[in-house]
Amino acid sequence: MAIAVWKWIDTRFPTLGSEWRKHASEYYAPKNFNFWYFFGSLALLVLGVQILSGIFLTMNYKPDANLAFGSVEYIMRDVPGGWIIRYIHSTGASAFFIVVYLHMFRALLYGSHKEPRELVWIFGVLIYLTLMGEAFFGYLLPWGQMSYWGAQVIVNLFGTIPFIGPDLALWIRGDYVVSDATLNRFFALHVIALPLVLLGLVVAHLLALHDVGSNNPDGVDAKKMKDADGRYLDAIPFHPYYTVKDLVGSVVFVAIFCFVMFFLPEMGGYFLEYNNFIPADPLKTPPHIAPVWYFTPYYSILRAVPPLFHSQFPGVLAMGVAVLILFFLPWLDRAPVKSIRYRGALYKGWLAAFVVAFLVLGYLGTEPTTVWGQFGFDAFFLDTKERATWVARLFSIVYFLFFFLMPWYTVRDKVKPLPERVVWH
Amino acid sequence: MKTLLAALFAALLAAPLAATAAEGYRLDRSPHDPRDLVSLQSGARIYMNYCLGCHSLQFMRYEGLKEIGLSEAQIKDNLMFTAEKVGEPIKIASNPKEAKSWFGVAPPDLSVVARSRGADWLYTYLRTFYRDPKTATGWNNAVFPNVGMPHALWSLQGQRALELVEPKEGHGPVQYKWSEVSRGTQAAAEYDATVRDLVNFLVYVGEPAGVDRRPIGIVVLFALGVLFVLTYLLKKEYWRDVK
Repeated sequence: MAIAVWKWIDTRFPTLGSEWRKHASEYYAPKNFNFWYFFGSLALLVLGVQILSGIFLTMNYKPDANLAFGSVEYIMRDVPGGWIIRYIHSTGASAFFIVVYLHMFRALLYGSHKEPRELVWIFGVLIYLTLMGEAFFGYLLPWGQMSYWGAQVIVNLFGTIPFIGPDLALWIRGDYVVSDATLNRFFALHVIALPLVLLGLVVAHLLALHDVGSNNPDGVDAKKMKDADGRYLDAIPFHPYYTVKDLVGSVVFVAIFCFVMFFLPEMGGYFLEYNNFIPADPLKTPPHIAPVWYFTPYYSILRAVPPLFHSQFPGVLAMGVAVLILFFLPWLDRAPVKSIRYRGALYKGWLAAFVVAFLVLGYLGTEPTTVWGQFGFDAFFLDTKERATWVARLFSIVYFLFFFLMPWYTVRDKVKPLPERVVWH
Repeated sequence: MKTLLAALFAALLAAPLAATAAEGYRLDRSPHDPRDLVSLQSGARIYMNYCLGCHSLQFMRYEGLKEIGLSEAQIKDNLMFTAEKVGEPIKIASNPKEAKSWFGVAPPDLSVVARSRGADWLYTYLRTFYRDPKTATGWNNAVFPNVGMPHALWSLQGQRALELVEPKEGHGPVQYKWSEVSRGTQAAAEYDATVRDLVNFLVYVGEPAGVDRRPIGIVVLFALGVLFVLTYLLKKEYWRDVK
């Protein structure tokens, strides 16, 4: 019966079957994927979860400055199951960034950005940028104090751009301050505009990947060798092998996700900021404005750069460069090998320094610049006396040097000889 | 690779710990227990009698108090001072404009105050009011200096005075010296219990779903544990022929 139905469909719509074969049952992936290779499929899972939970939130949320905060509380209290949907969405936002950061780190580990996958990487960076926009627009919607003032700070960043800045900021807000007009347009951008872009980019990312094939932890071609019957020695069909493997990964991920959702939905103020339970008040600026954790490394870089001619633009520029430099990674990395397994100490050292810098900057961005107190002395070369600002400056430099020096240290690095085939135990 | 992962993990664990260091009056740990229905009901009673004059709970409905074990009749007869029907939100009668001229700020709605301030803050704040002739209301607070609110529970706690003692060597924390001005109707331990009940109630109101959240979570995690075993075995079976 099922076979007959399938035959009926296949004769009328053969694309379905051929695409399934191309992207799943006959898409050959290296057999040596490890832990780091779960995060691509997990990102896709979170995207689905966010879209689904978002649809249900939209049914009850009101994008109106007078009603927004109350409608979120209405979802949390009066809508049956509403609190689960809301926590899924709020936890999902942070989970999305965790998964995407780990997915990007995987590329740095195994050289997945290198030739011939440069476009896969570029589509990925575009996804990351879109995701940042999506998160930023979504964060205004609960209309709490942090929503409001976070949006104010970020829109004002655009205001620092010379000449066009103030008009640009006005154009983004649709008003002279963040207001009902801003909330309404951010709602439109969050629920339809950016999700559409995101879906299109994800399709492009996957199509581009399936055209060139997946990289693997050894960074060698897994489809080079075939056995006597013409079967790949080191590559296996994505379905069923990786579908069942990713299913295990997904269950573990969902378990961690549910643990956070049911037991620590605020995650100590990192996933849901405490101040965001105070309704937005345009007349009362909170003493300490911190963006959500996934933006804080860049926020730290912004704060670390001293103003020039009373303009914060240099900081904004540094922050922009910090993100946009990712586009150039495939050409900055000139190593003859892909995987960290065969790279030398130079790349390993720089990557470790970069990870530490990213984490420290991320932590400092959640705190006021006075978090570690001040230097006990005055010195002419210290224009700010806060210790944390200087640590942030140091690590901002490390962040940039990781990229700017890459063309040199990747060439000078002592690489190990590559194996003929992928390593498989 | 392994050491790198360990370092990452340690850094992630350390970050929230470092974030807890803060200045000001040391907060006491709130002993509230969301499963203690008697305490929740007592907290609701205290709230309706002492707080609702100025502070609404507009995102909560009177009906919601059924969840803490009260019957509709009990709610209607004893707690419902500002509404006609149990389905109505817990609002206040006073006008925010007038209230602002009395206190300097309009008393905020307290529906989610436990989520923005935290239980420990509330528990400490409600127990650290003191007499201060320099303020407009004659009251001040150790946790929230120059607060607009006078001590609403003073008849229970009594009046106290506070003296700040600067540390002798010029560093170290400021010492707080409390003294009694007049006695309240409750002894210190009794008053602490009253505040505990009130905070318990505010934590409940902040997130009514918080009560169900954990038991549901345990069931969900258990189900996922079973699913993990099944999917893991499935994966092993499929991967048997990958050599």
